[in-house]
Amino acid sequence: MTTTLNINGKAVSVQAAADTPLLWVLRDELLLTGTKYGCGIAQCGACTVLADGQPIRSCSTPIAALASAKITTIESLGGSSPLQVAWVANDVPQCGYCQSGQLMSATALLAQTPKPTDEQIDAAMSGNICRCGTYQRIKAAIKEASGQTHPKPDMAKSAAKV
Amino acid sequence: MNSFFKTPVLPVPTRRQALGIGATLAGGALLIGCSPNALGKMMSLGAKHDFDAFGPFIKVAADGTVTVVSKHIEFGQGNHAGLAAIAAEEMDADWDKLKVEQAPANAGAYANLGMGVQGTGGSSAISNSWMQLRNAGAAARAMFVQAAATTWGVPAKDISVKDGVVSHVASGKQAHFGELVAAAAKVAPPQKPALKDPKSFTLIGTDRVRRKDSAAKSTGTARFTQDVHLPHMLTAMVAHPPRFGATVASFDASAARKVPGVVDVFQIATGVAVVADNTWAARKGRDAVVVKWDETKAEKRGSDQLRAEFTALAAGKAPADAKLAWKPFDSKGDASMAAGGTAAVETTYDFPYLAHASMEPLDCVAIVDGHSAKLIHGSQIPTVDQLNTAKIVGALPGAIEVETLFAGGSFGRRANFQSDYAAECVHIAKHVGKGRPVKLVWTREDDMAAGYYRPLVHHAVRVTLDKDGFPAAWRQRVVTQSIMKGSPTGMPKFDDTAVEGAKGSPYLKATPIVDAQVILPDAGVPVLWWRSVGATHTAFVMEHTIDQLAKKAGKDPVAYRRVLYAKAGADRRLAVLNLAADKAGWDKPAPAGWTRGVAVHESFGSVVAHVAEVKLVNGEPRVGRVVVAIDCGTAIAPDQVAAQMEGGTCYGLSAALFGKITLKDGQVQERNFDGYRVLRHNEAPTVETYILPSSKPPSGVGEPGVPGIAPAVANALLAMGQPPTTSLPFVKTWGLAALS
Repeated sequence: MTTTLNINGKAVSVQAAADTPLLWVLRDELLLTGTKYGCGIAQCGACTVLADGQPIRSCSTPIAALASAKITTIESLGGSSPLQVAWVANDVPQCGYCQSGQLMSATALLAQTPKPTDEQIDAAMSGNICRCGTYQRIKAAIKEASGQTHPKPDMAKSAAKV
Repeated sequence: MNSFFKTPVLPVPTRRQALGIGATLAGGALLIGCSPNALGKMMSLGAKHDFDAFGPFIKVAADGTVTVVSKHIEFGQGNHAGLAAIAAEEMDADWDKLKVEQAPANAGAYANLGMGVQGTGGSSAISNSWMQLRNAGAAARAMFVQAAATTWGVPAKDISVKDGVVSHVASGKQAHFGELVAAAAKVAPPQKPALKDPKSFTLIGTDRVRRKDSAAKSTGTARFTQDVHLPHMLTAMVAHPPRFGATVASFDASAARKVPGVVDVFQIATGVAVVADNTWAARKGRDAVVVKWDETKAEKRGSDQLRAEFTALAAGKAPADAKLAWKPFDSKGDASMAAGGTAAVETTYDFPYLAHASMEPLDCVAIVDGHSAKLIHGSQIPTVDQLNTAKIVGALPGAIEVETLFAGGSFGRRANFQSDYAAECVHIAKHVGKGRPVKLVWTREDDMAAGYYRPLVHHAVRVTLDKDGFPAAWRQRVVTQSIMKGSPTGMPKFDDTAVEGAKGSPYLKATPIVDAQVILPDAGVPVLWWRSVGATHTAFVMEHTIDQLAKKAGKDPVAYRRVLYAKAGADRRLAVLNLAADKAGWDKPAPAGWTRGVAVHESFGSVVAHVAEVKLVNGEPRVGRVVVAIDCGTAIAPDQVAAQMEGGTCYGLSAALFGKITLKDGQVQERNFDGYRVLRHNEAPTVETYILPSSKPPSGVGEPGVPGIAPAVANALLAMGQPPTTSLPFVKTWGLAALS
């Protein structure tokens, strides 16, 4: 069947069963592969996108539920958003697979809470698993993107000189 | 190849060759006794060797851009940055513009010099490439210098190179690499190029060495196997048996075939495959297949039963298999003395099966057309994937093309002797045939229930102390499954992976009488290396035992270790211990509410000390500040060393706190992140990394950050008055005060 979705500001018609999770429409139909499959049961956050600005798990949200929602994916951030700049400046990613979801959760957080505390970051981000353990750099990048800290000129992070 | 996939025609073996290869590869007999060098040559038969003038590792474009070819997969470790920096340093290339490219499969050109085949593992990417890439970079630099000298008619010795620009100061002539590349390509590469004095390095060891993939990985554009879409590609899922060793008895595909988008349903060796037009159709089709399983040969024991059997073996029960024997390691002195006297510590330790649980569930793209095959995936050991694919399609291993992509983690899982998921994909693609691409997708449940776990392990330890409170006699029994069993090069005489870290321990070296033995019983559960391998349990046993002994002896854990390291001549351990203790403020009280624990361990050539600050929250250990000191020889990319210490600490802490795969009557219970709890943002520590200055060659960093955190936490709990920890994970039941 045909469903019309609003994705990254554009109306798109997709041919897919109504029960198809948004994730597979994004990835297989629209080839927006920045959004990742991690668990399929809304436990890991790799598939996080925004629906009307709120983070949702696209692996567990059927497209039938999203006909009137404005959906935003990692592809819409453009690469020079303050969060993405901070992500690169801090060399946050390791394997990188979870980072699209992390960035979308962080985007929603800063839209709601421009200068989040550590506790607010934990609360907003704990649905996003990173198996490489980039958590502290994610926190540092969110603090930096929200103007609460500033990049060090020598780019040295935690590898302290002895 | 047909129109589905355009590729150069690969060599197709004659029928005689194919049969011969098939026969000798069966069981891996071909490889037994092979030297690593011969192995690499043999496995590269059929491969193309058409490298640029600067060899397999360096390409220079007409615009001067230097590309360093990485023979190692990047799945988080940051090795692409480090490898590129080694070549760039010697070449004096422009780091900011330099690119990294993944090598194709070719064991002749790209063998891991420590393995003999092309592969990434054992935290060896940087260490095995160190001299190879220094030489490659230096040779390329010399070729550019010579080309400039000839072109300009000036002495080569008066030419300098900086950031990809070749200069002759006296004449004022200069040119970038691109302008000289045609001339440089004609210069004969020097056999022994002059290497820099490390004191003159301007890139290696600086914070300029940053990841090259952060932007791609922060924009969703980095390409993983999951992201591969090719014309006419089918997506496959497989119904796998509920128990290890079960096979398909019969199946009913009628409901699956009715799912729109499902193209075919058929049996393969590992289950029933469903191929479909897209992932969701494959998923619905797979879930609709009804399979009757033949469980005659299935492993039906649960993990509790296996643990009980391992415990009984360690306690002296004869093994059921008469061929099984205890093997000693590091033993010395009169063993009977190790059983006598008054034990200061006499305890056992139990470690569960652990899943790697990488973020990207296992996946592979395969294209098979007759005897030709190409794999596209995060291939950790391309040579083994080639070998296993060659057996399935009947080809020379070196002719199997492998395009290695980024992988969303691995932690060892993508490297196994059977190429399990890749081989499964090849079987499906072979059935589909005609060069039509097939993407195999495993669900999280498929991935987590498929085995290849960190083995279940049981240790029994008994230690007596001398009059000064230091170990006099040490008895240790280790029971676990062998990881090396099933190696294509044959089972080694001694499987070091089972005891590494206990074997070679300075504590055993400092103890006059040691009776240490290991036994490796079989079980039907596939096991594998899991980030830091043997050290995942040996570090815990050795380091937590030491703190219990120190406590018995009434000594401070750091001071106690210092004496033992001095006795054992373990200078590197002493140095990192002192550095970590100093930075952590060991001699001052911990912040209110927190208790410190320490652990030191050596793995993959590097020595790491952890000092963790721990408190209990609702009965669960919470780790705040962690100070890590590491001696990894020359640190090529200090910020990536720190990243690996942060990540390794989190990976080890996740398993220590929560990690556990349970089998009930042979069936895996934890199948997704709702059952297999992992560390999240709110539970993550803050890791400070301190790198010991060193001029030694680089050693590993991807794994050595893992082993120490679990015993550091156990030692902090001991220091706060909790009982010794005798099994992991710390948190037995979620949400409850679970420390026993």
